[in-house]
Amino acid sequence: MPDLAHVRSQTIRWSIGALAALALPLINPNPYQLDVLTTALLYALLALGLNLIVGLTGVLHLGYAAFFAIGAYTYGLLNVHLGCPFWLGVAPASVVAGLCGIALGIPALRVRGDYLAIVTLGFGEIVRITFTNLEAWTGGPNGLLGIDHPRLWLPGQGILDFGVASAPYYYLVCVATALVAGVCVRLSRSRIGRAWRAIREDEVAASCMGIPVLHLKLLAQGCGGAIAGIAGAIFAAKQGTVTPDSFDFILSVMVLAMIVLGGLGSVRGAVVGALALGSLPELLRGFEQYRMLLFGLAMILMMRLRPQGLFGGFQGTITKQKPFGIF
Amino acid sequence: MTPLQLFLQQLANGLTLGAIYALIALGYTMIYGVIQLINFAHGEVFMVGAYAALTIVLLASSAPWWALLPACALAAMTACGVVGAAMERFAYRPIRQAPRLNALITAIGMSFFLQNAIMLLYGATDRQFPNPIPPVRWDIGGVTVTLMQVVIWLTGGSVMIGLQLLVMSTRLGMAMRATAQDLRACALLGIPVNRIIATTFMIGSALAAIGGMLFGLHYGTINFHDGYLVGLKAFTAAVLGGIGNIPGAMVGGVVLGLLEGLGAGYLSSQWKNVFAFVVLVILLLFKPTGLLGERVADRA
Repeated sequence: MPDLAHVRSQTIRWSIGALAALALPLINPNPYQLDVLTTALLYALLALGLNLIVGLTGVLHLGYAAFFAIGAYTYGLLNVHLGCPFWLGVAPASVVAGLCGIALGIPALRVRGDYLAIVTLGFGEIVRITFTNLEAWTGGPNGLLGIDHPRLWLPGQGILDFGVASAPYYYLVCVATALVAGVCVRLSRSRIGRAWRAIREDEVAASCMGIPVLHLKLLAQGCGGAIAGIAGAIFAAKQGTVTPDSFDFILSVMVLAMIVLGGLGSVRGAVVGALALGSLPELLRGFEQYRMLLFGLAMILMMRLRPQGLFGGFQGTITKQKPFGIF
Repeated sequence: MTPLQLFLQQLANGLTLGAIYALIALGYTMIYGVIQLINFAHGEVFMVGAYAALTIVLLASSAPWWALLPACALAAMTACGVVGAAMERFAYRPIRQAPRLNALITAIGMSFFLQNAIMLLYGATDRQFPNPIPPVRWDIGGVTVTLMQVVIWLTGGSVMIGLQLLVMSTRLGMAMRATAQDLRACALLGIPVNRIIATTFMIGSALAAIGGMLFGLHYGTINFHDGYLVGLKAFTAAVLGGIGNIPGAMVGGVVLGLLEGLGAGYLSSQWKNVFAFVVLVILLLFKPTGLLGERVADRA
């Protein structure tokens, strides 16, 4: 039986958070700031997905942007070539990205450690360059243009076209992030989540306890890919165009930096880390051209001052992890 | 051009590229060898080297080319050596105890920092890299070889031989190899491991600096973004040869350069970057430790 008082305080806390998120565009309708938040929340979606792969299962993945790209292009291509509306396009985008995760995992999980990192990195580059070079379908380096924005029927208001407004996307991403975060919390507490963590801690021991390591790793990649696919479809719908440049290696490492900042394996940490790192470049905008310089310094300092991340919930395990030297 | 001549020509071009990749790959592999760190900022060090060389070329453009090039190399090596050692001292050493992912994030922060520092100093646009080497070219049985290519081959070759001598037959090299094998035992035996690690960073960065100079000479323009893709490819080369293994990095660099040269010549040059990665992925699937490599750490 869960502790009732605990559940109630959790419910109250979440309700306050949800209300604040809902009220924000009414209190502060500045479209620029809403856009920054929307982008940060999209990052949060990606961070939640990558957290399943890297944070929970302990598989270092450096090509995560590829799944985001696959989701964005899946919806974009379905929409541009077949006229598929956004709400119907999200599911295929997510499924295709998830399947790609599994398909990549089958060969890639045969290699281990740092070599796995480079295989996933190679995969990320291959996907990006492939989208660049398939000019007949994807528009090549110029990108896929003219993707429809989502349309939604609202009671009493008729059909609302999201268009280039900021608030609808903000709400859309808020809802998506909340749902995905909920799923991730449930997942990480489930049998599957416990098995993932067991694999992260000690793969050999986990497999001796009868955990099907390869299947679970593939499942993590599939789930992570599927989440990135959803984020990709939303991104494509919001931008109206997708260009291969949006999905470079830097995006993959940024998302990785977000979950490390938040604390590996923590769902809360992934969201907070993404919001912090996602909005930091905008907060530093006052420093103009020194912005990215300071951003780099901030990343270095952060790792030095708080190596376990903001919500390093698994401190015991992190200290047990093999350091890369002594002293 | 007969098919054989075409092949030899692509071989010559690939070898030029390969020498540059190999020089950068050496830094990745040496640093990985001693502390199992993928120094993602290494590509940026290479770029800093290219800019340092550019500065000397611009300052002393009237000097004869055979005097200018060593001066350039020296300046670039010094600049990058300092950057490398400072990076180790202030960014990596304090977190050597932390999980390895943290070092990766630090490296990425470092790479943002260096890129933007160079952008602020030299501007964001492409910079012309004036080529002081006279445009001499020879025609050997239908294959064109330029003086510059010869300079790149000779520089790359002699640096690699020098490094091999340093690592295999000096006290410093012995200490480096010992540190790579077992850091803790070395510390117990009184080897100043911190100094050895800093020196490794310095040497690796100096090699990348030479790579940067040759890159500038070869392509004629440099940009503060160049470190990213070239660094990624050099890292691929290091993995191709087996990361942590010095001869492996040389072999991997040359193999990658040749693959790219031949791939660009026979297939489409659009796909040449994919080609490099596809080969890498396939190789790792069949030989998961690279061409000459050993086992690596399992944990992320």
